Amino acid sequence: MSSPSLIASRALWARLGRLDPRYPVSFLITLILVLGEARYGILGGYAPLVTALGVCTATELVLSRWLRGRVANLQSAYITGISLALLIKPPAHLLWPFALGGFLAIASKYVLQYRGRHLWNPSNFAISLLVLVAPGSVAILSRQWGNDLATNAVIWCFGLLIASRVRMLHVTVTYVGCFVALAVARSVITGGPLLAEIAPLTGPMYQLFVFFMITDPKTTVSSVRGRISVAAAVAVAEAAIRLAGDFHVAALNLLYPAPPILALAFVGPLAKAIDLYREARTSPL
Amino acid sequence: MTRAGHADKCVTCVADTAGDKVHAVIPPPRSWRRIAVAVSFLAAIVLVIFLNRRADRAGGDDAVPQFHFTDVTAQVGINFVHHGPTLDPKLDNIAPLIGSLGAAVSVTDVNNDGWPDLYFTNSRFGYPNALYLNRGDGTFTDVARAAGLADVNRPGEGVSMGAVWGDFDNDGLEDVLIYKWGYLQLFKNMGNLHFKDVTASAGLRQWMNANGAVWLDYDRDGLLDLYVAGYYRSDIDFWHLKTTRIMENSFEFATNGGKNRLFHNLGHGRFEDVTDRMGVGSTRWTLAVAAADFNGDGWPDLFLANDYGPEELYLNDHGRRFILSRVGLESDSKSGMSATLGDVLNRGRVDAFVTNISERGYLFHGNNLRLNFLPELGRFQQAAEGVVADAGWAWGAQLGDLDNDGRNELFIVNGYVSGDRDRSYWYAMSKVAGANGNLFEDARTWPAIGTASLSGYERSRVLVNRGLAGWSDVASQVGVTDEYDGRAVVLVDLFNRGVLDVVVANQKQPALVYKNGVPPGNHWIAFKLVGTRSNRSAIGAEVTLEAGAVHQLQTVNGGMGFASQNDRRLHFGLGPTGRADRVVIRWPSGTVQTIEHPAVDRLHVVTEPDR
Repeated sequence: MSSPSLIASRALWARLGRLDPRYPVSFLITLILVLGEARYGILGGYAPLVTALGVCTATELVLSRWLRGRVANLQSAYITGISLALLIKPPAHLLWPFALGGFLAIASKYVLQYRGRHLWNPSNFAISLLVLVAPGSVAILSRQWGNDLATNAVIWCFGLLIASRVRMLHVTVTYVGCFVALAVARSVITGGPLLAEIAPLTGPMYQLFVFFMITDPKTTVSSVRGRISVAAAVAVAEAAIRLAGDFHVAALNLLYPAPPILALAFVGPLAKAIDLYREARTSPL
Repeated sequence: MTRAGHADKCVTCVADTAGDKVHAVIPPPRSWRRIAVAVSFLAAIVLVIFLNRRADRAGGDDAVPQFHFTDVTAQVGINFVHHGPTLDPKLDNIAPLIGSLGAAVSVTDVNNDGWPDLYFTNSRFGYPNALYLNRGDGTFTDVARAAGLADVNRPGEGVSMGAVWGDFDNDGLEDVLIYKWGYLQLFKNMGNLHFKDVTASAGLRQWMNANGAVWLDYDRDGLLDLYVAGYYRSDIDFWHLKTTRIMENSFEFATNGGKNRLFHNLGHGRFEDVTDRMGVGSTRWTLAVAAADFNGDGWPDLFLANDYGPEELYLNDHGRRFILSRVGLESDSKSGMSATLGDVLNRGRVDAFVTNISERGYLFHGNNLRLNFLPELGRFQQAAEGVVADAGWAWGAQLGDLDNDGRNELFIVNGYVSGDRDRSYWYAMSKVAGANGNLFEDARTWPAIGTASLSGYERSRVLVNRGLAGWSDVASQVGVTDEYDGRAVVLVDLFNRGVLDVVVANQKQPALVYKNGVPPGNHWIAFKLVGTRSNRSAIGAEVTLEAGAVHQLQTVNGGMGFASQNDRRLHFGLGPTGRADRVVIRWPSGTVQTIEHPAVDRLHVVTEPDR
């Protein structure tokens, strides 16, 4: 009962599953970039994209050749460059956050290592650093996505599909499930509208976060159970930041513009380091 | 371990061109290279910190201002305090946000005595608007109640959001339109400081939730027409809500705001709604509108500053219709608050300055300084950087020569909601701001603001124009240190001294009068225009002052900035040389009048010639 087109689709699907996960992820972020720019002019000019992509790529080329003796696959730099161009929004005409952010993102892979592996998702590291030390120059997503359901739906559909094929759907689903559950809890605690607590999930920062950062295969832990635990822990850390924001804890003011990104920046590397440590203890090579 | 599992964990596994994993033997890098990369990494972090600090201090105090402001509010007898609207209890969770508009100020000469008067609006039922009559002795007295312009904020009628003055019937007396969240009100100046409500007979009794309006003569028939900008939808009665789905449906591309309306003056005190026929019924969330001839064709165009969306320029096609034009504004979606026009670089062009929102860590929309290159390039060029771009949550702004040096300064007022200093609503708002529009279109979805601030206690900006060297913020140096929630600002020579003073209307706070002190040395010249074939108020007339290669252009305005209208007398600074070679006046009727070598340091009253 299988038509040739169905067979071809299944073959494509199976091949997609065997691909280096970075390829479909690259496709997805390119789709977001093209959709966002065509429909909403999300980039606000091409200079940020060119700067971020150029610096990320150049840094990856130079450092991989210099430190590892070979030129690395540039997809990580590509994904990082686009993520930075989409997520950080400095005042108009300010390009240095893209340049320095791009360099720091890629260089972090080579500098901030534990047992030969980098700990931070590159764009997560760079964005977190910029948000924390340069709040006068960097905001998150000033230009957004028009708050439009159709664009959201397209990205969620493709995102879930690709997360499934690169075997990271459990991370996305766990995080989203925990976020919703904790949103209910926050709503009960603060007495605020539940929809307001869930609302961020429908925004662009989260789309980039759940499909590109928290699921990054290179910086997630090795076991499925571990990844599920870490995703839940990130959601809990984020909820803690959000609750602090709701109760106006002034000492944490710097964390409030980007709770999920900073929660991942705190929890992810710690989990990765523990994972690498335990792995080294159980299978010393 | 599977092959894939191994590849995930092995540090030396790399992808080959087919996407398969191969095991590479990689020599350990030399340690000095690692150290060099680590040092570069740390240096980059230090550089980020350094550049961020420099951005924070950009445009600081390197200029030496040649003027100084003194707060003389109480001294001159102005004690106006604005009161914000009370709203339907269904909006209690965000009432301080929604009710954050309505403080407005406009300048007129209500009794033609040559001394500028001030009209302030109030926005709570039972609280009066104020008409401060300039006594000419340095003091003012509120005559609104006797004039019939005080008691306009009443249940069933709505509350004031602003006012624009213009002589719509060309009888030589300035009339006033009060735009409201409620019914528009047009008052005819009957003389002797008495006004009559002629709204109904003029055909203007329409409920609008308007926050801006401008008088213009779009068809150049000598009668002032009226353009009113709707902000919230006009079917919303804020005191009897049928639904709480009243908010914007997008923070960037919302088109569910109130419909703007154009009223054509038919003469004999009658207006007709020609919005759809003329193609100017934008439903973006227009907060401010200004009119001027941007493309030099002699017909006044409409420039809209829209909240939650891009600015819009409607070019006037010979009074027959307006055309929404692609002039470099359409893709730049922000939060337009104020439409301020002026000649920024003394090129003889009408440029536009539009205020926006900036908040550290959350949002850098940045103000827009739109240099007008329509005649050459068919578009505006964005020129806002540094202190011009970032003025906090900016509202009203005006361009004017505050030090009489021949270049326009910028006075910007700002601050949204000043509540508790240690509680900010920014985080709470960020939950819904990036979300799907269906969620936050309903006001009930918004987190409660309580007593928190939202970009509160911001200091006004006074930006000195240093030409090609850029702009410097000298607010604190010139004595502007208030932290009120400024909304409207006007520039006016209150005491007929040849300098521009500043009046600010603050939301739910006292108004401020800043008296300007300019040391002698710089010269000036001013013009009051009286139309004959053009509208009597001469609104839309352009005056170009030529001094060598420098051409300063100003347009008589029928409302400009946010909820404000400047003194319609045009004031030009001339610098220490006092050079004024020629003045060219382009009247709305099309008449061009030239005055050679006008006397300086004085006000010229110019009546439109017959031909």
